[in-house]
Amino acid sequence: MLIKSIQRELLLSMRRPADLLNPLVFFVLVVSLFPLGISPSDEVLKEIAPGVIWVAALLSTLLSMEVMFRNDFEDGSLEQMSISPQPFLVLVGGKIVGQWLVSGLPLVLMSPVLAVMLALSEEGIKAMFISLLLGTPILSLLGSIGAGLTIGLKKGGALIAILILPLYIPVLILGTHMIIAAEQGVSYSGDVLWLAAILALSISLAPFATTESVRIALSDG
Amino acid sequence: MLDVKNLYCERNQGLLFEALSFSLKPGKVIQIKGPNGAGKTTLLRILCGLFGEFEGEVLWDLEKHPIYLGHKAGVKDLLTVTENLNWLCELQQNYPSSDQIKKALIEVGLLAYKDVMAGQLSEGQKKRVSLARLYLINSPVWLLDEPFSAIDVEGLTKLEERMRGYVEGGGSIILTSHQMVNIDQDVTELLLKGANSC
Repeated sequence: MLIKSIQRELLLSMRRPADLLNPLVFFVLVVSLFPLGISPSDEVLKEIAPGVIWVAALLSTLLSMEVMFRNDFEDGSLEQMSISPQPFLVLVGGKIVGQWLVSGLPLVLMSPVLAVMLALSEEGIKAMFISLLLGTPILSLLGSIGAGLTIGLKKGGALIAILILPLYIPVLILGTHMIIAAEQGVSYSGDVLWLAAILALSISLAPFATTESVRIALSDG
Repeated sequence: MLDVKNLYCERNQGLLFEALSFSLKPGKVIQIKGPNGAGKTTLLRILCGLFGEFEGEVLWDLEKHPIYLGHKAGVKDLLTVTENLNWLCELQQNYPSSDQIKKALIEVGLLAYKDVMAGQLSEGQKKRVSLARLYLINSPVWLLDEPFSAIDVEGLTKLEERMRGYVEGGGSIILTSHQMVNIDQDVTELLLKGANSC
């Protein structure tokens, strides 16, 4: 059922390509505006690159979070899922994985190209890729809790940001620190382990919290 | 199969119902009646577990899950009629063959639309997609919230016919409707007075 739920999520995204492309285009645009706005010199770009990439990734994830449950809520699919004999946790888990596959993964795959533009070294690009690969699933998992809580609200976007951004900060710090360390030629394996640990923690806890938050939101519908 | 004891629920500072008790037996139909805002939908949502802010007991004794039809059809605009129906059945742990789906779509008069995106259907047609589950899923209880709204006369006759057959076969139905239900069966009426009393 997990596979089926993921498949359904992917199929729905394919049929609405705007939802799929919006976060990615946003990410690319934001990152590519910085060299234009600040300075095209390698020295400056190297300095700001980790922060720019991570902040853009964070905001673009938030952007895609808002619609995560909204459509299913509005047409009644979500309530059918919640009362079905299939475990709701698995169905919600499928939605989170699907969400990451269409918004997080493309961003991770796109990032090396942008990193080259921001004059990161080879080692830095490697670190960035690993940090995003470990970090974006955390963003999706944590974000889904906020998305669940704000389903019933018409303008939930701003509220999700307020609820979830504080939780994103450790990921942001670890992610950027990892790239900076790599640029300076220092070992960053500690950061990798930290990110992996947070990822493991979110995988094991966030789906439960999301399932409960969705149930609460449904109860008000 | 269902025992409701001493149900008490208030919503938006208004008392919806208190000391509400009833039970449902196989082959029986309960029609929940009452003015708008009396809590008919809320009662159904409590029964199927969507709404939890109540006091009292709701005891189900079932081997399979009920089918719930809410105000929202649960039909996705971006999936075709067949895909929608497949998904809704899978949610109920039913895995119908394409032949069975076809038959159900004939019953609800949507065969011509089987590969059409549900987004292009009218409200009534979407409801019919959701109602097609009644021909596919083997469930002991149906919980239907306004099943007749947005359905045309022909569809209504079909639906009543299906309900009649289902109840004769031992199925039970709880439904809300303002209309008379014509299924040659004893229909127990459950009247909710609503919040006006206080």
